Amino acid sequence: MTKRIGEIPRQKMPEQSPEDRCKNFDEVPLGYTVELAQREASRCLQCKKPACRQGCPVEIDIPAFIRLIVEGDFVGSAQKLKETNNLPAVCGRVCPQEAQCEKFCILGKRFEPVAIGRLERFAADYERTHGEVNLPEIAVDTGKRVAVVGGGPSGLTLAADLAKMGHRATIFEGLHTPGGVLVYGIPEFRLPKAIVRAEVDFVRRLGVEIEANQVVGKTITVDELLETFDAVYIATGAGAPVFMNIEGENLNGIYSANEYLTRVNLMKAYRFPEMDTPVARSRKAVVIGGGNVAMDSARTARRLGAEVHLVYRRSRVEMPARDEEIHHAEEEGIEFQLLTNPIRYLGNEEGWVTGAECLRMELGQPDASGRRRPVPIEGSEFVIEVDTVIVAIGNQANPLVPASTPGLETNRWGNIVADEETGKTSRDGVFAGGDIVTGAATVIEAMGAAKRAARAIDRFLRGEGKKL
Amino acid sequence: MYPIVKKQRLAPEVLLLEVEASRIARKAEAGQFMILRVDDPGERIPLTLADWDRERGTITLIFQEVGVSTKKLGLLNEGEAISDCVGPLGHASEIGEYGTVVCIGGGVGIAPIYPVARAQRAAGNRVISIIGARNKNLLFWEDKLRAVSDEVLVTTDDGSYRRKGFVTDVLKQLVDGGEQVDIAYAIGPVVMMRAVSHLTMEYGIHTVVSLNPIMMDGTGMCGACRVTVDGETRFACVDGPEFDGHKVDFVGLMKRQQMYLGQEKEARERMGHCRAERDA
Ligand SMILES: Cc1cc2nc3c(=O)[nH]c(=O)nc-3n(C[C@H](O)[C@H](O)[C@H](O)COP(=O)(O)OP(=O)(O)OC[C@H]3O[C@@H](n4cnc5c(N)ncnc54)[C@H](O)[C@@H]3O)c2cc1C
Ligand SMILES: Cc1cc2nc3c(=O)[nH]c(=O)nc-3n(C[C@H](O)[C@H](O)[C@H](O)COP(=O)(O)OP(=O)(O)OC[C@H]3O[C@@H](n4cnc5c(N)ncnc54)[C@H](O)[C@@H]3O)c2cc1C
Ligand code: SF4
Ligand code: SF4
Ligand code: FES
Repeated sequence: MTKRIGEIPRQKMPEQSPEDRCKNFDEVPLGYTVELAQREASRCLQCKKPACRQGCPVEIDIPAFIRLIVEGDFVGSAQKLKETNNLPAVCGRVCPQEAQCEKFCILGKRFEPVAIGRLERFAADYERTHGEVNLPEIAVDTGKRVAVVGGGPSGLTLAADLAKMGHRATIFEGLHTPGGVLVYGIPEFRLPKAIVRAEVDFVRRLGVEIEANQVVGKTITVDELLETFDAVYIATGAGAPVFMNIEGENLNGIYSANEYLTRVNLMKAYRFPEMDTPVARSRKAVVIGGGNVAMDSARTARRLGAEVHLVYRRSRVEMPARDEEIHHAEEEGIEFQLLTNPIRYLGNEEGWVTGAECLRMELGQPDASGRRRPVPIEGSEFVIEVDTVIVAIGNQANPLVPASTPGLETNRWGNIVADEETGKTSRDGVFAGGDIVTGAATVIEAMGAAKRAARAIDRFLRGEGKKL
Repeated sequence: MYPIVKKQRLAPEVLLLEVEASRIARKAEAGQFMILRVDDPGERIPLTLADWDRERGTITLIFQEVGVSTKKLGLLNEGEAISDCVGPLGHASEIGEYGTVVCIGGGVGIAPIYPVARAQRAAGNRVISIIGARNKNLLFWEDKLRAVSDEVLVTTDDGSYRRKGFVTDVLKQLVDGGEQVDIAYAIGPVVMMRAVSHLTMEYGIHTVVSLNPIMMDGTGMCGACRVTVDGETRFACVDGPEFDGHKVDFVGLMKRQQMYLGQEKEARERMGHCRAERDA
């Protein structure tokens, strides 16, 4: 190699302009061209001991897939990715790379890190849009059956991995479509649903069966599953919304982020009345919260034509959302009202919200999370006029499965207690992973937990476990 | 897909569908509901399980054709199928040895009261069913209720059948006549459940109502179904749908049910328009 290290700058990915994109639901970043991808890939130093790999929970061989891009073997690159990651087109888009693989990239010490996520997206997209997606090798059928509860990234990954190991996996999904947060939470403009569908199809082609409309705990219980399956993996996510329990919160026009995003993403309310599910037609919306879910809600409301204010009780530096998302939201004209917290909602005769009464806050001493605690400033009440409020202050575990599974241990937040390395729970033959164990986290961590659990379940099924 | 094995018109705007859904049928209990999506563009709507047959693996749904989803559902015929059915959802009714149980069904609420009456009777209670509708044509399942009740009292708002008046009038007469009622169930339009609850409050009769707020997932994931009960927010789909009628904020519920009034009207008009075009 003749080029100097760090000579080529990190390649930007073209994206839709803020003026255009806040009027449509099309994807914002447009993807690398072949040329841009190869130029970016050429920045990778092909480290002998690649530091980047320790930041990837699904253990992708990063230099190897990047080298194949340099060599022009894009389909080969995608296959390399799929050796360890069943959903690369998703991860390339939604992984918080700056906190994972790219954080450890050696180039990042003096220059900017290699854009690993963008390259991953490029290779996966190339394979999908250029004909046949090849299947990896599948081990000889063991005849063992595993029930997977929940078809989000964790459940899909676990089922796919077990299928490759020769086991028969069946996913039981409560909604009418698998994908979890990937289909109902993360908006179309960040993760097109056609891509999720393609990745789910890939998992199906590995031999995984997906049964939709099965609410475990209602339609069928974990104990009933154990009658016909050799093991059960619970990956039900952190799907229950948190409200603030303040006055007026049940007024019309006030949504949990879950409801708002599900209406728009899963049910496609942005195409009402062509699609049957409605969503509020907002003039002025307030989003409460400062995380990724709040950004997604705000940007969604903006695309539906609203003037959007984001109300967050701490300051900008404490915002848990990714910088890139905050930046995108600002570009799209979302107004940030920082150090502000709603205390009650005002409504009209018909029961519609008309205003959010807020308090200004200042930062006090650090709290348990290490962030400075917001303290209300007395007498600072003011009212923001609104017709829509989206509460995006967090999600918690849904109790349906634990409540219907005797002996399944949970912690005080309702999360299932499971061993970090194996996913083992307090019940024999029952494993768990993803957000239901960790609380709301990331796609890639949910997938990483599934990878580890898949190995443990494989050992269990092959006889190291008690049951055989 | 969930095939329709039987379709029957019970009243001008009320239809019965028997649908193959063996997993739901196997678990169904009185008081529970299911959620369906008619087709791919369809929204998710909840309907109470009016009956089920565990052997045949079918469930029975009875619904009023009020808007786009229920009208679309009504257009399906035997042999055709519903895209998605999920359930059973919500808690089952609390069936116990109460003594005398009054089961009140108003309008299309006659359907969901039937399994409750049947289960309460099977538990050894004396069951008095009171059913009412606007007029004679809108009544159905009187015979089925007779088979599971010790007594059935029927009323119509306009007096076109049996007595004239509301179900509350019948209940009042019954109690004033000296009947010792230990618990009342009321299912029907919100105004009716509210009226029953007001009345039974005066008499000190514990009353259970089944709430029907707008829902989406039906599993506690979205909070669309928030209702206020005893001053607290509850999710009707997982905490209910049955609640203590004396503690429900019915006015709040009625307001929340109106949330999409504008869009619903628009969707109905659009549907009418599309059908007119198709038929032309
Ligand atoms: C709006 C939003 C944006 C996000 N953005 C990002 C991002 O950009 N990057 C990132 O890394 N992470 C993001 N996250 C977090 C990420 O989506 C989650 O950490 C991840 O999806 C967790 O995966 P999971 O498989 O554990 O659970 P989920 O994705 O929640 O999937 C759980 C599945 O289980 C099903 N289920 C639940 N209960 C039952 C039951 N009783 N029976 C049957 N099925 C059931 C659910 O319907 C669902 O399909 C975001 C989250 C949200 C809400
Ligand atoms: C637990 C429960 C059980 C129910 N059981 C029955 C039943 O057995 N038979 C029956 O006829 N009806 C029942 N309903 C009401 C039924 O769900 C609505 O009539 C139906 O959703 C109307 O949809 P639509 O598109 O036809 O009408 P629309 O024109 O959309 O709406 C008419 C009215 O129905 C209500 N509604 C609309 N969408 C929903 C929704 N997604 N969820 C709940 N309500 C909605 C609204 O209050 C609205 O004003 C039940 C509702 C609940 C919550
Ligand atoms: S899966 Fe995520 S963490 Fe792993 S290499 Fe790809 S972008 Fe990085
Ligand atoms: S650490 Fe950076 S430069 Fe080294 S192999 Fe990984 S991506 Fe390439
Ligand atoms: S319908 Fe979504 S929580 Fe009840």
